[in-house]
Amino acid sequence: MAVATPTRAFGASIRRREDPRLITGRGKFTDDIHLANAATAMFVRSPHGHARIVSIDTSAASAHPGVLGVYTFENVKGFISGMPCAWPTTNTGDTLKLATYPPLADGKVRYFGEAVALVVAVDPNTAADAVDLVHVDYDPLPAVINNEAAVAPGAPLIHDSAPGNQAFRWSLVGGDTNGALAHADVRISQTLVNQRLIATPLETRCAVADYNPASGEVTVWVTSQNPHIHRLLIALSTGIPEHKIRVIAGDVGGGFGAKIPYYAGEALCIFASKELGVPVRWSESRSENYVATAHGRDHIQHIEVGATKEGKITALKVTAYASLGAYPSTAAPGVPTWLFGCIIQGPYDIPNNEVHVIGVYTNTTPTDAYRGAGRPEATYMLERVIDLVAAKVGRDPVEVRRLNFVKKDQFPFKVANGTLTYDSGDYELALDQALHTVDYTHLRAWQEEQRAAGKLVGIGFSSYVEICGLGPSSAANAMGFAGGLYDSATIRVHPTGKVTVFTGVHSHGQGHETSFAQIVARDLGLKVDDVDVIHGDTDKVQHGMGTYGSRSAAVGGGALHMAGMKIRAKAQKIAAHLLEVAEEDIEWVDDAFRVKGSPDKAKTIPDCAFAAYMAGNLPAGVTPVLEEQHWYDPENFVFPFGTHICVVEVDRETGETHIKRYVAIDDCGEIINPMLRDGQVHGGIAQGIAQALWEEAVYDENGQLLSGSLMDYAIPKASVMPHLELGHTVTPSPHNPLGVKGIGEAGTIASTPAVVNAVMDALSPLGIHHIDMPLRPAKVWAAIDAASH
Amino acid sequence: MHPAPFAYKAAHSVEEALELLRSHEDAKILAGGQSLIPALKLRLTQPAMLIDISKISSLRGIRRENGKLIIGSGTTHREIEKSSLVAEASPLLASLAPQIGDVQVRHRGTFGGSLAHADPAGDWPAAALAVDAELVIAGAHGTRTVHASDFFTGMLSTVINADELLTEIRVPGEGTPGIYLKHRNAASGYATVGVAVTATHNHGRIGTVSIAVTGATPVAFRASAAEHALTGHAVSAHLLDEAASHAADGLECLSDIHAPAAYRAQLVKVMVRRALGKLLHA
Ligand SMILES: Cc1cc2nc3c(=O)[nH]c(=O)nc-3n(C[C@H](O)[C@H](O)[C@H](O)COP(=O)(O)OP(=O)(O)OC[C@H]3O[C@@H](n4cnc5c(N)ncnc54)[C@H](O)[C@@H]3O)c2cc1C
Repeated sequence: MAVATPTRAFGASIRRREDPRLITGRGKFTDDIHLANAATAMFVRSPHGHARIVSIDTSAASAHPGVLGVYTFENVKGFISGMPCAWPTTNTGDTLKLATYPPLADGKVRYFGEAVALVVAVDPNTAADAVDLVHVDYDPLPAVINNEAAVAPGAPLIHDSAPGNQAFRWSLVGGDTNGALAHADVRISQTLVNQRLIATPLETRCAVADYNPASGEVTVWVTSQNPHIHRLLIALSTGIPEHKIRVIAGDVGGGFGAKIPYYAGEALCIFASKELGVPVRWSESRSENYVATAHGRDHIQHIEVGATKEGKITALKVTAYASLGAYPSTAAPGVPTWLFGCIIQGPYDIPNNEVHVIGVYTNTTPTDAYRGAGRPEATYMLERVIDLVAAKVGRDPVEVRRLNFVKKDQFPFKVANGTLTYDSGDYELALDQALHTVDYTHLRAWQEEQRAAGKLVGIGFSSYVEICGLGPSSAANAMGFAGGLYDSATIRVHPTGKVTVFTGVHSHGQGHETSFAQIVARDLGLKVDDVDVIHGDTDKVQHGMGTYGSRSAAVGGGALHMAGMKIRAKAQKIAAHLLEVAEEDIEWVDDAFRVKGSPDKAKTIPDCAFAAYMAGNLPAGVTPVLEEQHWYDPENFVFPFGTHICVVEVDRETGETHIKRYVAIDDCGEIINPMLRDGQVHGGIAQGIAQALWEEAVYDENGQLLSGSLMDYAIPKASVMPHLELGHTVTPSPHNPLGVKGIGEAGTIASTPAVVNAVMDALSPLGIHHIDMPLRPAKVWAAIDAASH
Repeated sequence: MHPAPFAYKAAHSVEEALELLRSHEDAKILAGGQSLIPALKLRLTQPAMLIDISKISSLRGIRRENGKLIIGSGTTHREIEKSSLVAEASPLLASLAPQIGDVQVRHRGTFGGSLAHADPAGDWPAAALAVDAELVIAGAHGTRTVHASDFFTGMLSTVINADELLTEIRVPGEGTPGIYLKHRNAASGYATVGVAVTATHNHGRIGTVSIAVTGATPVAFRASAAEHALTGHAVSAHLLDEAASHAADGLECLSDIHAPAAYRAQLVKVMVRRALGKLLHA
């Protein structure tokens, strides 16, 4: 690979080493796996949002030439009867109503696109023809889409096991919110909708399963962000022993959370491979991806705020109706609860706050984590609240943020509900840098001029803190997550000093093959090109928890660094032995162990590795070979933060929003690779802007997904993205081995409210204070039109 | 995303294509495939046979004859976009072509395919109406020429019969100033509303004006009342305001999750006004 790499690897903007492979088509994605005799699986999907299945006639499809098998729930239930939920959480007295999530519809369909039958055929065309030959007779039922309507009396009942369509009630309380509300100078009530989104990774979901009846082993290639979690859930749900299952998630083309869950698609490929004795492959079409892969967000929030007349928030009360969709997906209950509620006060010192979440079932695609997962819902709410308070008390939103910020000297800072302790931060520093970048005083003056000239221009802020580096296992367990949240690394130094690293986290766009090599190269004094990073194969890599919640650098990188220090400790003994000095007489300087006072007398890691593999001349008690492993369970989460500023002009006549400037100052602690960091921020901001302006999963009242393709679901295009002005502050995490905090979700979390606040600022002279997202031109124009009549 | 089975035949001349159309029931013409292939993959259409006309060289190309621009139906959007002849002879077409889809789509999609498809959100129908294009249709009994105003009969339908082929399109080629403004659907990039306007003016007086609108209604249309209100009058901002403000009068606009009817009507007015302003400098 012709990429020049400096020795001082950590902190350098090294180009992604995976890109030559990916850009030239040499990647190996799941759909690139072609096994001899592989059959193709396809699904018959429900055209109804809610219906009773009267009958399923598979005879014509079964008789179709080239069809190997057609299966319904009755056929597969012996193999797998339900998709497991790994985060079955509740924290109130009510019991969690965890509805059964059948792999194929069991007597009833509960959302548009739900899989009703599985067809397996010799090739994709035959399978597609056979899908059309399966006749399903439905008796349509009334559907319910809206989260509040779902729990209203008389709503259509989706699951008999969940009366009133309520899955759970969940609450966190800190301080005395009602008391503080009663005494507040000003009070604001607001309802906010955080709309449903569709993750839209470039690669749809795919699976290839190859079951070997002779050995009982199965290999499953699957688009997963967390192959070991997949392996565990496959084992638990099918009874195939865990050690007989190999899960491979090689190149994965984006996930955004939607590839965390374990889905029926992959489970049924295993079923079919076992049943038919051939490998079975399945690839979603985009239309299928839009109904069959978990959606995200989907909250209705009712907010009560109390503040002093200066704008200091004294009380915040949020009641959120969060949709799980029709069934509980793998991590679904945890997202609108813990990942949302814990951080409800964001970067602000709000002593009294309460959050109540009602998890509901609706006739929609199941939801799960989507980039930011819970934290965008909290941040958007808070940042809108800050602006509403600022408007109410007549102060600059910057001053209201400053007034409410947790101050630099308050860290470590425990939030009012007691769940989190923010590790470190300097929120004003990031805010000030953002203000400086936009030249705030002049910017406001410019806005006045533009307004005087009749233009609708606005400036929007968003300050945030997020929970990243998920997380300490003890916290995860306490939050009801059925797994630990440590991570792992193995560093194998080969005899020649070249290194293979095995990481338990997973890269599906993040660039670990580059950034993780940078960590190891620094720790072992090597060139980045001497280090290869392996992930995504349960037969190669030790147990790990995968990637989500911006955890890779903090937890996976932490494990890697600790393993690197173990290598160094062992190598130091060998180096001292080879240099014939006491261990205390050498030090690690300039990428080698050097004799104190005689730095030319040195041994590098490759020197030590060679000796370790020769093994005949090792110090007493030192075992052969240079390979170490570490499992790192963090002592706390990490808490990145920052401030984004967006400047917009709204076209008065068409309602279109034009972003004039976008500034993002993010603090993710130490930066491993500034270019990769920027890439994460760019992508995140694009998704966040898209939520603010364009993206929305829309269902009609019968549960038809109207935005069921890219013709109607507006993901951001490069051509509509503004120039992004990025900057950073560096406040290392005091407890993370690398001082890193995580940057994968920051852009998405911060940008949405920055854009919406900017548009609302632009519209404020018209007396418009809130419009729910997305701020489609038609909606904004309608508000302008209504305001001017 | 796998089409139902179909037979495929490539025609090498217009006669061969017509013969194939005649002799096969339920056959469909395949031009650039940029509308047809997605419909096939979604199984929205399941023809028994596709007749590929993209290899018929006589259907491709742009030339000028007797002051008219003659464009073969198989000419791609990209060829029109890149043609210096079009830039000179029809600024309106030159302004529109680069606004279709993306480069890949424009390299494959054809002028004739777009017109024959008559997508309510397609761009070319507006231009064809605005320049009053003549569309030449070949059939078993020779060719006939239809004016754009008579060509579109409804959403996704035209006067082309099942056994006919659109072969060429003739448009005025004397370089009349024209412009196409498009409000893109944020998801699809198609026109929520697109307005094609040509106008001439002389010593402050408007000569001829044509205004055609796509996207707003099931079929693209000419805003004749607005044209009348302008023709022959002295250019003034007030006149343009007035004419544009009536451009949506009486329209029954389309409505979808992106743009309710009232919004489309607003866009028609605003965009007609902006297009007129650009052409008439007022
Ligand atoms: C991603 C994408 C974005 C797009 N964006 C836009 C856009 O912004 N604006 C826009 O206007 N269009 C857009 N299109 C559509 C594109 O312009 C198509 O090229 C056009 O609509 C059809 O032309 P075609 O040559 O591809 O025709 P085909 O798809 O091959 O055919 C379309 C229909 O016309 C018939 N047909 C084709 N040629 C003839 C003929 N000579 N005689 C009789 N019947 C014929 C076919 O039988 C078929 O029914 C987009 C398409 C894609 C895939």
